[in-house]
Amino acid sequence: MSKITEAFKGKKAFIPFITGGDPDIDTTEKLIIAMAQAGADLIEIGIPFSDPVAEGTVIQEANQRALEAGCTTDVLFDMVQRVRLKTDVPLLFMTYLNPVYTYGKENFLSRCAECGIDGIIVPDMPFEEKDELDTLCMNYKIDLISMLAPTSEERIALIAKEATGFIYCVSSLGVTGVRSNISAEIGHTIDKVRKITDIPCAIGFGISTPQQAKSLAELSDGIIVGSAIVKLIAKYGRDCVEPVIEYVESMKNAIEHFK
Amino acid sequence: MKKGRFGNYGGQYIPETLMKAVQEIEEAYEFFKNDPDFINELDSLLKNYAGRPSLLYYAEKMTRNLGGAKIYLKREDLNHTGSHKINNVLGQVLLARRMGKTRVIAETGAGQHGVATATVAALLDMECEIFMGREDTERQALNVFRMELLGAKVHPVTSGTMTLKDAVNETMREWSSRMKDTFYVLGSVMGPHPFPTIVRDFQKIIGKEIKEQILFAEGKLPDVVIACVGGGSNAMGAFYEFINDSSVKLIGCEAAGLGINTSKNAATIANGTVGVFHGMKSYFCQDLYGQISPVYSISAGLDYPGIGPEHAQLYDTGRAQYVPVTDDEAVNAFEYLSRTEGIIPAIESAHAVAHAMKLAPLLKDQIIVVNLSGRGDKDVASIARYKGVSVYE
Ligand SMILES: Cc1ncc(COP(=O)(O)O)c(C=O)c1O
Repeated sequence: MSKITEAFKGKKAFIPFITGGDPDIDTTEKLIIAMAQAGADLIEIGIPFSDPVAEGTVIQEANQRALEAGCTTDVLFDMVQRVRLKTDVPLLFMTYLNPVYTYGKENFLSRCAECGIDGIIVPDMPFEEKDELDTLCMNYKIDLISMLAPTSEERIALIAKEATGFIYCVSSLGVTGVRSNISAEIGHTIDKVRKITDIPCAIGFGISTPQQAKSLAELSDGIIVGSAIVKLIAKYGRDCVEPVIEYVESMKNAIEHFK
Repeated sequence: MKKGRFGNYGGQYIPETLMKAVQEIEEAYEFFKNDPDFINELDSLLKNYAGRPSLLYYAEKMTRNLGGAKIYLKREDLNHTGSHKINNVLGQVLLARRMGKTRVIAETGAGQHGVATATVAALLDMECEIFMGREDTERQALNVFRMELLGAKVHPVTSGTMTLKDAVNETMREWSSRMKDTFYVLGSVMGPHPFPTIVRDFQKIIGKEIKEQILFAEGKLPDVVIACVGGGSNAMGAFYEFINDSSVKLIGCEAAGLGINTSKNAATIANGTVGVFHGMKSYFCQDLYGQISPVYSISAGLDYPGIGPEHAQLYDTGRAQYVPVTDDEAVNAFEYLSRTEGIIPAIESAHAVAHAMKLAPLLKDQIIVVNLSGRGDKDVASIARYKGVSVYE
């Protein structure tokens, strides 16, 4: 069982997302270590991209800030290498395919393995195109995370069968961003997955409140929260660690009682 | 063999959320492209509404003046709404209607694709929303008002570089939030499969007509076909019919802005590398880490950091050639064609005219066809600005 799948064992996982290098790389490093201490079970680090098509304005702006602050793929690899000396929390890169492709697919994955990245999520690489990376991921023991969306329907079985690590279940249509209402519809998707495989399913997109986290954790194995955290980082800049930790703890508490 | 590939290029690099929507379109298109009813309806609109076939005009004065090759202009500027964009839009909006969609969305650069989409949406009673970079809404202000007159809602896009690529980003985002009733009318031979194929199929009528018309006028094929390339739809439309006629040279003209050795250009083949963006694998202007470069051209319609995947293949195989044309050369050609032939070309098309002007003197007794993809009325104010002339619109 991979380190990522392991992280879901016996508990509901809380998975925070931050954009790497926002507002600067040192803050990202501190955030990762502090969030791991505060109970994050896995951590997703976004590689900033000039044109994040699946992102709403909050994360778009974080991408912009990170790029302007000089964050690059190499800067992130180096940071992960430093972080690995202090925590063994499973780490995932969330990246569009182009930065991987341009870095050189094999180069990218061998650097991931070297630095201690456990999995990657590539939102613009659907099932039909996953052979770009799946063999390389297998060779380097990196979990390639599959996504399911509310529109996946008859594609669910196809995708779930070949999924590794966990399945990222997109809660709603549209792009990332805080939503006041999240339909419980995604529960049906997860029910269908359960008939095929016992791989963990985590729900992401739109979740911000402990209440939402709690009710969606009931339907799944874990909760992914991005924009709500990135908003705090935007608001507090380099002083964001404390408010982010407070928030992570509150979310973790909300889903804790399912243990 | 994977779907929607042109050699190594193309594909479907989009979020899972959108997969169902593109697969629905693919399925519907595979059916309707052979449906006699659909074909008749499209043919009839192309003829009676868009005004096809467009003329193949022998530019006699230009030919004499340049003193070499015989120059013909394929007059896509004479289509209803003033560019080739209407060919594709009629096809896609009819398809959307057959699929039961009631709302169309589209990106636009110069505004020509937006105007064409708003026009056909008005005709076919569809709701219409257009996404346009804020910078483009300023340099093509008249087209914004035109779209609004036609009943469309225009959203200025303020993310990123606020031009065409950002308009595409924003239209994709909008589409991923609302697919049930909404069809994304993509404006060029780009994006995820099946768009590059669909758009090429709806544009290939340009080359088909050129072939018939030139055979009628000259009794032989042209030696060269030249077209400007933004995403590449008018070029693909003009080239496609000639791909197997190896004697016909195909030349695409990219926007070199202030020059390909400056940071201000949009010359994807000259300066780009292979990457994956906007749903497709192709050539893109990007940095070493795969960040898409901010690009520049005087022409909003060519101000795009990528090129359609079929062009990427034509380039790799050497079947087509791609050349950079600067702002200065394009503006010069814009004025030249206006004065010499009394035809004001779109600044996009003027890039192709500029290359024909370079080539013609070298090609005695040969025939050049220039695809005049659009008319220049929309550009008059921005050319005046470029020349430092103040005009009051
Ligand atoms: C008149 C005209 N020509 C050419 C283009 C470039 O698009 P494409 O390369 O798809 O033909 C545009 C785009 O806006 C246009 O308006």
